[in-house]
Amino acid sequence: MDTAVQEAEGDFTPRDWAQHPPYLSPLYKSTVLRSPSKPLIPMKQGLSVRTGPVFGHDSLDPLDHDLTKNGRVNGEPIGERMIVTGRVLDESGRPVPHTLLEIWQANACGRYVHRWDQHDAPLDPNFFGAGRCLTDAEGRYRFTTIKPGAYPWGNHHNAWRPAHIHFSLFGPSFLTRLVTQMYFPGDPLLPLDPIYNGVPEGARELLVSRFSIDVTEPVWALGYEFDIVLRGRHATPMEG
Amino acid sequence: MSQTLKQTPSQTVGPYFAYAWTPELYGRRPLAANRLVTRDMAGEHIRIEGVVYDGQGAPIRDCVVEIWQAGADGRHAPGAAGFGRCGTDDAGHYFFDTVKPGACDPGHAPHIAVTVFARGMLSHAFTRLHFSDETAANEADPVLASVPADRRDTLIATRAETPGGVVYRFDIRIQGDGETVFFDC
Ligand SMILES: [Fe+3]
Repeated sequence: MDTAVQEAEGDFTPRDWAQHPPYLSPLYKSTVLRSPSKPLIPMKQGLSVRTGPVFGHDSLDPLDHDLTKNGRVNGEPIGERMIVTGRVLDESGRPVPHTLLEIWQANACGRYVHRWDQHDAPLDPNFFGAGRCLTDAEGRYRFTTIKPGAYPWGNHHNAWRPAHIHFSLFGPSFLTRLVTQMYFPGDPLLPLDPIYNGVPEGARELLVSRFSIDVTEPVWALGYEFDIVLRGRHATPMEG
Repeated sequence: MSQTLKQTPSQTVGPYFAYAWTPELYGRRPLAANRLVTRDMAGEHIRIEGVVYDGQGAPIRDCVVEIWQAGADGRHAPGAAGFGRCGTDDAGHYFFDTVKPGACDPGHAPHIAVTVFARGMLSHAFTRLHFSDETAANEADPVLASVPADRRDTLIATRAETPGGVVYRFDIRIQGDGETVFFDC
Protein backbone atom coordinates (compact mmCIF):
# COMPACT_ATOMS: atom_id res chain seq x y z
CA MET A 1 0.00 0.00 0.00
CA ASP A 2 1.12 3.53 -0.51
CA THR A 3 2.40 4.86 2.76
CA ALA A 4 3.01 8.49 1.96
CA VAL A 5 2.24 11.09 -0.61
CA GLN A 6 4.55 13.31 -2.56
CA GLU A 7 3.54 16.77 -3.58
CA ALA A 8 5.51 18.02 -6.51
CA GLU A 9 6.64 21.61 -6.84
CA GLY A 10 5.84 23.06 -10.19
CA ASP A 11 4.08 21.54 -13.15
CA PHE A 12 5.41 18.55 -14.99
CA THR A 13 6.56 18.85 -18.55
CA PRO A 14 4.03 17.37 -20.97
CA ARG A 15 4.20 13.88 -22.39
CA ASP A 16 6.55 14.23 -25.36
CA TRP A 17 4.62 12.73 -28.25
CA ALA A 18 7.76 12.80 -30.38
CA GLN A 19 9.01 10.07 -28.01
CA HIS A 20 5.89 8.05 -27.24
CA PRO A 21 4.01 5.78 -29.62
CA PRO A 22 0.72 7.09 -31.01
CA TYR A 23 -2.35 5.22 -29.79
CA LEU A 24 -3.15 4.02 -33.31
CA SER A 25 -0.32 1.99 -34.79
CA PRO A 26 -2.02 -0.31 -37.32
CA LEU A 27 0.82 -2.80 -37.76
CA TYR A 28 0.20 -3.68 -34.11
CA LYS A 29 -3.30 -4.95 -34.77
CA SER A 30 -4.71 -4.72 -31.27
CA THR A 31 -4.32 -0.93 -31.40
CA VAL A 32 -6.96 -0.65 -34.12
CA LEU A 33 -9.92 -1.01 -31.73
CA ARG A 34 -8.10 0.09 -28.59
CA SER A 35 -6.91 3.55 -29.61
CA PRO A 36 -8.81 6.68 -28.59
CA SER A 37 -9.93 8.26 -31.88
CA LYS A 38 -10.66 11.75 -30.59
CA PRO A 39 -7.88 14.22 -29.79
CA LEU A 40 -6.72 14.33 -26.19
CA ILE A 41 -8.07 17.35 -24.32
CA PRO A 42 -5.41 19.50 -22.66
CA MET A 43 -5.81 19.67 -18.89
CA LYS A 44 -4.11 21.98 -16.42
CA GLN A 45 -2.26 20.00 -13.77
CA GLY A 46 -4.01 20.21 -10.42
CA LEU A 47 -3.12 18.70 -7.08
CA SER A 48 -5.10 15.61 -7.97
CA VAL A 49 -2.43 14.61 -10.51
CA ARG A 50 0.69 16.50 -9.34
CA THR A 51 0.61 14.27 -6.27
CA GLY A 52 1.08 10.53 -6.39
CA PRO A 53 1.56 7.41 -4.33
CA VAL A 54 4.88 6.68 -2.68
CA PHE A 55 5.88 3.11 -1.96
CA GLY A 56 8.46 2.28 0.66
CA HIS A 57 10.40 -0.76 1.74
CA ASP A 58 7.30 -2.15 3.44
CA SER A 59 5.88 -2.68 -0.07
CA LEU A 60 8.74 -5.02 -0.90
CA ASP A 61 9.55 -8.58 0.08
CA PRO A 62 13.23 -9.38 0.66
CA LEU A 63 13.68 -11.31 -2.60
CA ASP A 64 11.57 -9.07 -4.82
CA HIS A 65 14.68 -7.73 -6.60
CA ASP A 66 16.08 -11.20 -7.35
CA LEU A 67 14.02 -13.19 -9.85
CA THR A 68 16.56 -16.03 -9.74
CA LYS A 69 15.51 -16.59 -6.12
CA ASN A 70 11.94 -15.36 -5.65
CA GLY A 71 10.33 -18.25 -7.54
CA ARG A 72 12.46 -21.13 -6.36
CA VAL A 73 10.67 -24.35 -5.46
CA ASN A 74 13.27 -27.11 -5.70
CA GLY A 75 16.26 -25.64 -7.47
CA GLU A 76 17.64 -22.83 -9.57
CA PRO A 77 15.83 -21.42 -12.58
CA ILE A 78 17.20 -22.43 -15.96
CA GLY A 79 18.76 -19.84 -18.24
CA GLU A 80 21.39 -17.20 -18.60
CA ARG A 81 21.74 -15.32 -15.30
CA MET A 82 21.90 -11.58 -15.68
CA ILE A 83 21.98 -8.32 -13.76
CA VAL A 84 19.86 -5.42 -14.98
CA THR A 85 20.72 -2.06 -13.51
CA GLY A 86 20.42 1.58 -14.42
CA ARG A 87 19.26 4.97 -13.27
CA VAL A 88 15.87 6.58 -13.26
CA LEU A 89 16.29 10.24 -14.20
CA ASP A 90 14.09 13.14 -15.15
CA GLU A 91 14.51 15.12 -18.34
CA SER A 92 17.01 17.50 -16.81
CA GLY A 93 19.16 14.59 -15.70
CA ARG A 94 18.22 14.72 -12.02
CA PRO A 95 17.91 11.33 -10.35
CA VAL A 96 14.47 10.11 -9.32
CA PRO A 97 15.24 8.66 -5.88
CA HIS A 98 13.28 6.12 -3.84
CA THR A 99 10.77 5.33 -6.55
CA LEU A 100 9.23 1.95 -7.19
CA LEU A 101 9.88 -0.19 -10.27
CA GLU A 102 7.96 -3.32 -11.15
CA ILE A 103 9.18 -5.78 -13.76
CA TRP A 104 7.74 -8.90 -15.36
CA GLN A 105 9.05 -11.15 -18.08
CA ALA A 106 8.98 -14.54 -19.78
CA ASN A 107 11.32 -17.31 -18.67
CA ALA A 108 14.40 -18.37 -20.65
CA CYS A 109 12.18 -20.35 -23.05
CA GLY A 110 9.85 -17.47 -23.79
CA ARG A 111 6.99 -18.71 -21.59
CA TYR A 112 5.09 -16.62 -19.03
CA VAL A 113 3.63 -17.96 -15.81
CA HIS A 114 0.40 -16.16 -16.80
CA ARG A 115 -2.59 -18.50 -16.98
CA TRP A 116 -3.45 -17.38 -20.52
CA ASP A 117 -0.02 -18.03 -22.00
CA GLN A 118 -0.50 -21.04 -24.28
CA HIS A 119 2.94 -20.98 -25.93
CA ASP A 120 4.19 -24.53 -26.31
CA ALA A 121 7.41 -23.97 -24.38
CA PRO A 122 8.18 -25.28 -20.91
CA LEU A 123 7.35 -23.48 -17.73
CA ASP A 124 10.23 -23.35 -15.29
CA PRO A 125 9.08 -24.53 -11.85
CA ASN A 126 11.71 -22.31 -10.26
CA PHE A 127 11.02 -19.10 -12.13
CA PHE A 128 8.05 -16.82 -11.48
CA GLY A 129 9.14 -13.84 -13.56
CA ALA A 130 8.00 -10.80 -11.61
CA GLY A 131 9.86 -8.47 -9.26
CA ARG A 132 9.98 -5.03 -7.66
CA CYS A 133 12.61 -2.71 -6.32
CA LEU A 134 13.16 0.87 -5.25
CA THR A 135 15.71 3.27 -6.64
CA ASP A 136 18.33 4.50 -4.19
CA ALA A 137 19.15 8.14 -3.39
CA GLU A 138 20.94 8.46 -6.75
CA GLY A 139 18.04 6.97 -8.70
CA ARG A 140 19.82 3.66 -9.24
CA TYR A 141 17.98 0.32 -9.38
CA ARG A 142 19.21 -3.25 -9.74
CA PHE A 143 17.60 -6.61 -10.46
CA THR A 144 19.04 -10.09 -10.81
CA THR A 145 17.12 -12.29 -13.23
CA ILE A 146 17.30 -14.76 -16.13
CA LYS A 147 17.54 -13.57 -19.71
CA PRO A 148 14.01 -13.87 -21.15
CA GLY A 149 13.41 -15.81 -24.36
CA ALA A 150 11.64 -14.58 -27.47
CA TYR A 151 8.07 -15.80 -27.89
CA PRO A 152 5.56 -16.10 -30.75
CA TRP A 153 2.37 -14.07 -30.85
CA GLY A 154 -0.63 -13.89 -33.13
CA ASN A 155 -0.24 -10.43 -34.59
CA HIS A 156 0.78 -11.61 -38.07
CA HIS A 157 2.30 -14.64 -39.79
CA ASN A 158 5.46 -15.82 -38.01
CA ALA A 159 5.35 -13.00 -35.48
CA TRP A 160 7.86 -13.23 -32.62
CA ARG A 161 8.38 -10.74 -29.83
CA PRO A 162 12.02 -9.83 -29.34
CA ALA A 163 13.31 -10.76 -25.87
CA HIS A 164 12.12 -8.07 -23.47
CA ILE A 165 11.46 -7.18 -19.85
CA HIS A 166 8.33 -5.19 -18.98
CA PHE A 167 8.99 -2.20 -16.70
CA SER A 168 6.45 -0.17 -14.70
CA LEU A 169 7.50 3.03 -12.90
CA PHE A 170 5.76 5.55 -10.69
CA GLY A 171 8.07 8.55 -10.28
CA PRO A 172 7.11 11.57 -8.19
CA SER A 173 3.48 11.97 -9.29
CA PHE A 174 0.51 10.29 -10.93
CA LEU A 175 1.59 12.06 -14.14
CA THR A 176 5.04 10.50 -14.26
CA ARG A 177 3.66 6.96 -14.43
CA LEU A 178 5.37 5.00 -17.20
CA VAL A 179 5.06 1.46 -18.49
CA THR A 180 7.66 0.38 -21.01
CA GLN A 181 9.75 -2.55 -22.22
CA MET A 182 13.51 -3.08 -22.18
CA TYR A 183 15.11 -4.88 -25.13
CA PHE A 184 18.55 -6.36 -25.83
CA PRO A 185 21.25 -5.00 -28.13
CA GLY A 186 21.57 -6.63 -31.53
CA ASP A 187 18.32 -8.59 -31.37
CA PRO A 188 17.45 -9.51 -34.98
CA LEU A 189 13.73 -9.49 -34.11
CA LEU A 190 13.71 -5.79 -33.20
CA PRO A 191 13.32 -4.39 -36.74
CA LEU A 192 10.42 -6.81 -37.31
CA ASP A 193 8.48 -6.00 -34.12
CA PRO A 194 5.39 -3.76 -34.47
CA ILE A 195 5.37 -2.93 -30.75
CA TYR A 196 8.98 -1.69 -30.80
CA ASN A 197 8.37 -0.01 -34.17
CA GLY A 198 5.29 1.74 -32.79
CA VAL A 199 7.75 4.11 -31.11
CA PRO A 200 8.76 7.03 -33.35
CA GLU A 201 11.96 6.53 -35.27
CA GLY A 202 14.86 8.08 -33.38
CA ALA A 203 13.30 7.32 -30.00
CA ARG A 204 13.21 3.49 -30.25
CA GLU A 205 16.87 3.03 -29.44
CA LEU A 206 16.20 4.35 -25.93
CA LEU A 207 14.44 1.05 -25.23
CA VAL A 208 17.53 -1.04 -25.98
CA SER A 209 19.73 -1.87 -23.01
CA ARG A 210 23.54 -1.84 -23.18
CA PHE A 211 25.73 -4.81 -22.40
CA SER A 212 28.25 -3.80 -19.72
CA ILE A 213 31.36 -5.72 -18.80
CA ASP A 214 31.64 -3.53 -15.70
CA VAL A 215 28.23 -4.65 -14.45
CA THR A 216 29.00 -8.25 -15.44
CA GLU A 217 30.10 -10.30 -12.44
CA PRO A 218 32.92 -12.82 -12.94
CA VAL A 219 31.79 -16.44 -13.00
CA TRP A 220 28.26 -15.37 -12.10
CA ALA A 221 26.12 -13.21 -14.41
CA LEU A 222 26.14 -10.93 -17.46
CA GLY A 223 25.37 -7.26 -16.88
CA TYR A 224 23.01 -4.97 -18.80
CA GLU A 225 22.38 -1.28 -18.21
CA PHE A 226 19.06 0.41 -18.89
CA ASP A 227 18.44 4.03 -17.90
CA ILE A 228 14.90 5.38 -17.81
CA VAL A 229 13.89 9.02 -18.22
CA LEU A 230 10.61 10.23 -16.74
CA ARG A 231 8.83 13.50 -17.32
CA GLY A 232 10.61 16.46 -15.75
CA ARG A 233 9.35 19.58 -14.09
CA HIS A 234 9.05 23.19 -15.14
CA ALA A 235 11.11 25.44 -12.88
CA THR A 236 8.07 27.40 -11.74
CA PRO A 237 4.39 26.49 -11.71
CA MET A 238 2.60 27.36 -14.93
CA GLU A 239 -0.25 29.82 -14.59
CA GLY A 240 -3.26 30.16 -16.81
CA MET B 1 14.51 24.02 -17.08
CA SER B 2 17.09 22.81 -19.55
CA GLN B 3 15.93 19.52 -20.99
CA THR B 4 18.94 17.46 -21.78
CA LEU B 5 17.41 14.00 -21.84
CA LYS B 6 14.51 12.59 -23.82
CA GLN B 7 11.59 10.80 -22.19
CA THR B 8 11.78 7.02 -22.36
CA PRO B 9 9.05 5.87 -24.76
CA SER B 10 5.97 4.10 -23.44
CA GLN B 11 5.12 0.52 -24.42
CA THR B 12 2.04 -1.62 -23.95
CA VAL B 13 1.56 -3.67 -20.79
CA GLY B 14 0.89 -6.60 -23.13
CA PRO B 15 -1.47 -9.43 -22.20
CA TYR B 16 0.55 -10.96 -19.37
CA PHE B 17 0.83 -8.28 -16.66
CA ALA B 18 -1.60 -9.91 -14.23
CA TYR B 19 0.85 -12.14 -12.39
CA ALA B 20 2.94 -9.05 -11.66
CA TRP B 21 0.26 -6.42 -11.10
CA THR B 22 -2.61 -8.37 -9.57
CA PRO B 23 -0.69 -11.40 -8.32
CA GLU B 24 -3.11 -12.52 -5.60
CA LEU B 25 -4.29 -15.22 -8.03
CA TYR B 26 -0.76 -16.56 -8.08
CA GLY B 27 -0.36 -16.54 -4.32
CA ARG B 28 1.75 -13.40 -4.24
CA ARG B 29 1.39 -10.16 -2.33
CA PRO B 30 0.02 -7.32 -4.45
CA LEU B 31 1.50 -3.85 -4.41
CA ALA B 32 -1.92 -2.27 -4.49
CA ALA B 33 -5.46 -3.53 -4.57
CA ASN B 34 -8.94 -2.45 -5.52
CA ARG B 35 -10.10 -2.13 -1.91
CA LEU B 36 -8.80 1.22 -0.74
CA VAL B 37 -11.23 1.60 2.12
CA THR B 38 -10.81 0.33 5.65
CA ARG B 39 -13.70 -0.16 8.05
CA ASP B 40 -13.10 2.94 10.12
CA MET B 41 -12.12 5.27 7.31
CA ALA B 42 -13.88 8.62 7.45
CA GLY B 43 -16.24 9.53 4.65
CA GLU B 44 -18.91 7.85 2.59
CA HIS B 45 -17.93 4.31 1.64
CA ILE B 46 -18.67 3.68 -2.01
CA ARG B 47 -18.06 1.22 -4.81
CA ILE B 48 -16.96 2.40 -8.22
CA GLU B 49 -17.52 -0.10 -10.98
CA GLY B 50 -17.76 -0.36 -14.72
CA VAL B 51 -16.78 -2.15 -17.88
CA VAL B 52 -13.99 -1.17 -20.27
CA TYR B 53 -15.05 -1.43 -23.94
CA ASP B 54 -13.13 -1.39 -27.20
CA GLY B 55 -14.10 0.36 -30.43
CA GLN B 56 -16.64 -2.33 -31.33
CA GLY B 57 -18.25 -2.34 -27.91
CA ALA B 58 -16.55 -5.57 -26.88
CA PRO B 59 -15.37 -5.75 -23.25
CA ILE B 60 -11.62 -5.65 -22.75
CA ARG B 61 -10.45 -8.38 -20.40
CA ASP B 62 -6.73 -7.55 -20.42
CA CYS B 63 -6.97 -4.04 -19.09
CA VAL B 64 -5.86 -2.42 -15.85
CA VAL B 65 -7.50 0.62 -14.33
CA GLU B 66 -5.51 2.62 -11.79
CA ILE B 67 -6.95 5.39 -9.65
CA TRP B 68 -5.49 8.11 -7.45
CA GLN B 69 -7.70 10.11 -5.15
CA ALA B 70 -7.96 12.33 -2.10
CA GLY B 71 -9.68 11.29 1.09
CA ALA B 72 -13.10 12.50 2.16
CA ASP B 73 -11.45 15.67 3.50
CA GLY B 74 -9.98 16.48 0.08
CA ARG B 75 -6.44 15.78 1.21
CA HIS B 76 -3.91 13.31 -0.13
CA ALA B 77 -2.57 12.00 3.13
CA PRO B 78 -0.80 8.88 4.31
CA GLY B 79 -3.34 6.33 5.45
CA ALA B 80 -6.13 7.84 3.39
CA ALA B 81 -7.60 6.06 0.41
CA GLY B 82 -5.11 6.92 -2.29
CA PHE B 83 -3.89 4.58 -4.98
CA GLY B 84 -5.87 1.66 -6.35
CA ARG B 85 -5.33 -0.85 -9.10
CA CYS B 86 -7.81 -3.31 -10.62
CA GLY B 87 -7.47 -5.65 -13.58
CA THR B 88 -10.62 -6.24 -15.61
CA ASP B 89 -12.16 -9.69 -15.50
CA ASP B 90 -13.27 -11.79 -18.46
CA ALA B 91 -16.35 -9.57 -18.84
CA GLY B 92 -14.22 -6.41 -18.89
CA HIS B 93 -15.50 -5.49 -15.44
CA TYR B 94 -13.52 -3.66 -12.75
CA PHE B 95 -14.41 -2.22 -9.35
CA PHE B 96 -12.95 -0.26 -6.46
CA ASP B 97 -14.18 -0.09 -2.88
CA THR B 98 -13.19 3.31 -1.60
CA VAL B 99 -14.42 6.53 -0.02
CA LYS B 100 -15.96 9.38 -1.91
CA PRO B 101 -13.21 11.99 -2.12
CA GLY B 102 -13.60 15.62 -1.15
CA ALA B 103 -12.60 18.40 -3.53
CA CYS B 104 -8.81 18.78 -3.49
CA ASP B 105 -8.24 21.66 -5.90
CA PRO B 106 -9.92 24.99 -5.25
CA GLY B 107 -12.86 25.47 -7.61
CA HIS B 108 -12.76 21.87 -8.82
CA ALA B 109 -15.48 19.34 -8.18
CA PRO B 110 -14.57 16.19 -6.26
CA HIS B 111 -13.02 13.74 -8.68
CA ILE B 112 -10.67 10.79 -9.05
CA ALA B 113 -7.74 10.61 -11.46
CA VAL B 114 -7.93 7.47 -13.62
CA THR B 115 -5.32 5.78 -15.80
CA VAL B 116 -6.11 3.00 -18.28
CA PHE B 117 -3.58 0.44 -19.51
CA ALA B 118 -4.28 -2.47 -21.84
CA ARG B 119 -2.85 -4.85 -24.35
CA GLY B 120 -3.15 -2.88 -27.56
CA MET B 121 -2.49 0.47 -25.88
CA LEU B 122 1.09 1.51 -26.58
CA SER B 123 0.67 4.53 -24.31
CA HIS B 124 -1.67 4.67 -21.33
CA ALA B 125 -4.65 7.01 -21.24
CA PHE B 126 -5.64 9.53 -18.54
CA THR B 127 -9.16 10.43 -17.63
CA ARG B 128 -11.02 11.59 -14.55
CA LEU B 129 -14.12 10.43 -12.76
CA HIS B 130 -16.71 12.90 -11.46
CA PHE B 131 -19.80 12.14 -9.38
CA SER B 132 -23.37 12.47 -10.66
CA ASP B 133 -24.68 13.82 -7.34
CA GLU B 134 -22.28 16.80 -7.40
CA THR B 135 -24.32 18.73 -9.92
CA ALA B 136 -23.47 22.25 -8.76
CA ALA B 137 -19.76 21.53 -8.27
CA ASN B 138 -19.60 19.79 -11.64
CA GLU B 139 -21.18 22.79 -13.33
CA ALA B 140 -18.47 25.02 -11.87
CA ASP B 141 -15.60 22.62 -12.60
CA PRO B 142 -13.05 24.10 -15.03
CA VAL B 143 -11.95 20.74 -16.44
CA LEU B 144 -15.50 19.62 -17.20
CA ALA B 145 -16.08 23.07 -18.72
CA SER B 146 -13.12 22.51 -21.06
CA VAL B 147 -14.76 19.38 -22.48
CA PRO B 148 -17.33 19.62 -25.29
CA ALA B 149 -20.77 19.58 -23.65
CA ASP B 150 -21.92 16.49 -25.53
CA ARG B 151 -18.98 14.46 -24.19
CA ARG B 152 -19.05 15.58 -20.54
CA ASP B 153 -21.24 12.71 -19.41
CA THR B 154 -18.45 10.25 -20.25
CA LEU B 155 -16.65 11.65 -17.19
CA ILE B 156 -19.56 11.39 -14.76
CA ALA B 157 -20.09 8.26 -12.71
CA THR B 158 -23.76 7.55 -12.06
CA ARG B 159 -24.81 7.06 -8.45
CA ALA B 160 -27.14 4.24 -7.45
CA GLU B 161 -28.26 3.12 -3.99
CA THR B 162 -28.15 -0.66 -3.90
CA PRO B 163 -28.77 -3.18 -1.09
CA GLY B 164 -24.99 -3.56 -0.85
CA GLY B 165 -24.35 0.18 -0.59
CA VAL B 166 -23.68 3.13 -2.82
CA VAL B 167 -22.39 2.25 -6.27
CA TYR B 168 -21.12 4.66 -8.89
CA ARG B 169 -21.14 3.29 -12.43
CA PHE B 170 -18.24 4.42 -14.60
CA ASP B 171 -17.90 2.62 -17.93
CA ILE B 172 -14.83 3.42 -20.01
CA ARG B 173 -15.11 3.39 -23.81
CA ILE B 174 -11.67 3.50 -25.34
CA GLN B 175 -12.94 4.30 -28.83
CA GLY B 176 -16.06 4.94 -30.86
CA ASP B 177 -19.62 5.81 -29.80
CA GLY B 178 -19.57 7.49 -26.42
CA GLU B 179 -15.78 7.48 -26.39
CA THR B 180 -14.49 8.49 -22.97
CA VAL B 181 -12.73 11.83 -22.85
CA PHE B 182 -9.00 11.33 -22.36
CA PHE B 183 -6.68 14.15 -21.35
CA ASP B 184 -3.20 15.36 -22.10
CA CYS B 185 -1.87 16.75 -18.87
FE1 LIG C 1 5.85 -9.58 -23.01
